[in-house]
Amino acid sequence: MLNKLPEQPASTTEALSPAAFLQAKAAWRWPEILFWISAFGLILLLPNRHLLLNEIAILGLFALSLDLILGYAGIVSLGHAAFFGVGAYAAGLLSKHGISEPVTGLVLSGAIAGLTGFLASFMILRGSDLTRLMVTLGVALILHELANRLDWITGGADGLLGVTIGPIFGRFDFDFAGTTAYVYSLTTTFLLFLLARHVVQSPFGLSLKALKDNRLRASTIGIAPNRRLIAIYTLAAVYAGMAGALLTQTTQFVSLEVLDFARSADALLVLVIGGSGYLYGGLIGAVAFKLMKDVLSAMTPAYWIFWMGFILVILVLIGRDRLMAMLAKPFVPLLRLLGVRRP
Amino acid sequence: MKTKSGFSRRALIAIGGAAMLVGPALAQAQTVKVGLILPMTGPFASTGRQIEAAAKLYIAQNGATVAGKTIELVIKDDTGTPDVTRRIAQELLVNDKVSFLAGFGLTPLAFAAAPLATQSKTPLIVMAAATSSITEQSPFVVRSSFTLPQITIGIADWASKNGIKKAMTLVSDYGPGIDAEKAFKERLTAAGGEVVGDVRVPLRNPDFSPFLQRVSDAKPDALFVFVPSGAGSQFMKQFVERGLDKSGIKLIATGDVTDDDIVDSMGDVALGTITTHHYSAAHPSPENKAFVEAFRKAANTRPNFMAVGGWDGMHLIYEALKKTNGATDGTALVEAMKGMSWVSPRGPVSIDPKTRDIVQNVYVRKVEKVNGELYNVEFSTFEAVPDPVKAAK
Repeated sequence: MLNKLPEQPASTTEALSPAAFLQAKAAWRWPEILFWISAFGLILLLPNRHLLLNEIAILGLFALSLDLILGYAGIVSLGHAAFFGVGAYAAGLLSKHGISEPVTGLVLSGAIAGLTGFLASFMILRGSDLTRLMVTLGVALILHELANRLDWITGGADGLLGVTIGPIFGRFDFDFAGTTAYVYSLTTTFLLFLLARHVVQSPFGLSLKALKDNRLRASTIGIAPNRRLIAIYTLAAVYAGMAGALLTQTTQFVSLEVLDFARSADALLVLVIGGSGYLYGGLIGAVAFKLMKDVLSAMTPAYWIFWMGFILVILVLIGRDRLMAMLAKPFVPLLRLLGVRRP
Repeated sequence: MKTKSGFSRRALIAIGGAAMLVGPALAQAQTVKVGLILPMTGPFASTGRQIEAAAKLYIAQNGATVAGKTIELVIKDDTGTPDVTRRIAQELLVNDKVSFLAGFGLTPLAFAAAPLATQSKTPLIVMAAATSSITEQSPFVVRSSFTLPQITIGIADWASKNGIKKAMTLVSDYGPGIDAEKAFKERLTAAGGEVVGDVRVPLRNPDFSPFLQRVSDAKPDALFVFVPSGAGSQFMKQFVERGLDKSGIKLIATGDVTDDDIVDSMGDVALGTITTHHYSAAHPSPENKAFVEAFRKAANTRPNFMAVGGWDGMHLIYEALKKTNGATDGTALVEAMKGMSWVSPRGPVSIDPKTRDIVQNVYVRKVEKVNGELYNVEFSTFEAVPDPVKAAK
């Protein structure tokens, strides 16, 4: 039901001015409101699972960041963990060298990751999808090896020790059950989501979609591709860096795994599960992915990866939309009652 | 009459309800949970399986009850990723209320969880990870495995006694590898030998051939190798492919390379390799014979040093509970473990009360064929070796 929202019927848009068209698209719909209310409601409803929820929020933010470049600008990346890792190490090193207030650390880490993303973005302007795939993968591999070699800064393969995170705003300490961590990560994710929603529904966001659909055509009507791609890539890097910083701050530890290829692949998988190009895909995918992982690995600690792969293959073979339609079928009358025509 | 029976029925229900509420609470108090966090999937899955099998075997042989408490294992897979280890450890402490954290297949995994042990005052038993500094991360860390320097200095001593003057080192590029390299170099140089080159290979997806070329060019008397358990067979294969086995360069290593788990599948190329380690499945003692036999029956494979780490870790937990009469106060349990000594399948061991690290015999072994299978046969012993890094402090 939180699937791709119905496009505006063509007949009604004729009468709308461009501004009104954008406004109509930006209106909040009830499934969105429901989604965020339940996300915040879980603070009270599931007090035992705040640590898992925290991980879900962080993975969701990370996937959201990938969605910004994949779903809106059409940049396929296999190395998005590069920015996640830069943010994670930045947060760890900042706290180790004096800045232990989390929000300050978060903003600074995002900025550092953004700078890395800005520099890396020049490499993805040229070439086809395959070239970009290789370039993004290469950047992540280089950073991984750098973090491994520079062990007097990063701690190498042993991980960065001595990360101590102070209370948020000097008031809210990270507690043992993970409640502060979840509230902190969820709030960050929510605020960044609001910003992303605003960005993709602005004229800038629309022009990105035009670029994604047909770059040549878009440039003939006066949309400059390069500047837009650099901007969105940098923004996505900031998001990924902040997700990494959240992980460091809530676990108080950084190791090479933050730059792992598996982490980039996970984000893509999450988008495969949740769908891309409508912002919620990353969040819903993260929920499904982590819950699947948690349930399956609790059932069979040694063989859960098999079942995980099995489910993913089924999901791709049947197709997400068809599967969702099948799952939503029993609820159609209820949804109609609530005023949704196409769930 | 009617009201009376109604009343009594209500009373019965109330009593029943109360019993149901109290019942689980009582059962809870009688159960001691041990959170066993292991890499059960991924490149280090064999570590997890060995420890899991050994821990289950210990419980099966010694009974699930100790000092009036029932021991319950909660086994979790951390995929070898530190942030997952930490989250699982935290959830085990908060939700499952475990009294012990145990397992920890790799150094970063133990590092990630160590602060939680301090915060929650829970004993953390390291059954596998081998970097020397782990026990310094928290006063609640106790180790039942080994440290890399502990087993490395033995091979350096053996080398200098057996006419090896020029050696090269090849280690995996992470904490334990660097520990091993350093320990070997210091020990050999102190005895008058020389390390003419050191090579570090990446921990993940190791391809040894370019590094082995450098070794073959340098022509040292011996090559000292440390790679983590599991990577040894690949190393051995490439060592032979490069023709280094016929070049006169003697292969010496820590026992991880000819791990019991894989040594038999390496084939005859491994014959004659000299290693030092704290455990071999061929250790000639009645305790070990019984252990190997029972392990084979239970897990259908040969136990390796990971299994013995898991076994002795469970022994520590049992004996500590006996000493505290079943009390699960973390500080008291760690106190009880300090200075404990027993005869393990690997030989006599004890826990150093100062460092909470294990003190054990280190054996020099040679790969030989026993009853058609390859084993590390022990031929010389260094007795009661502490962790040399912490002993020097």
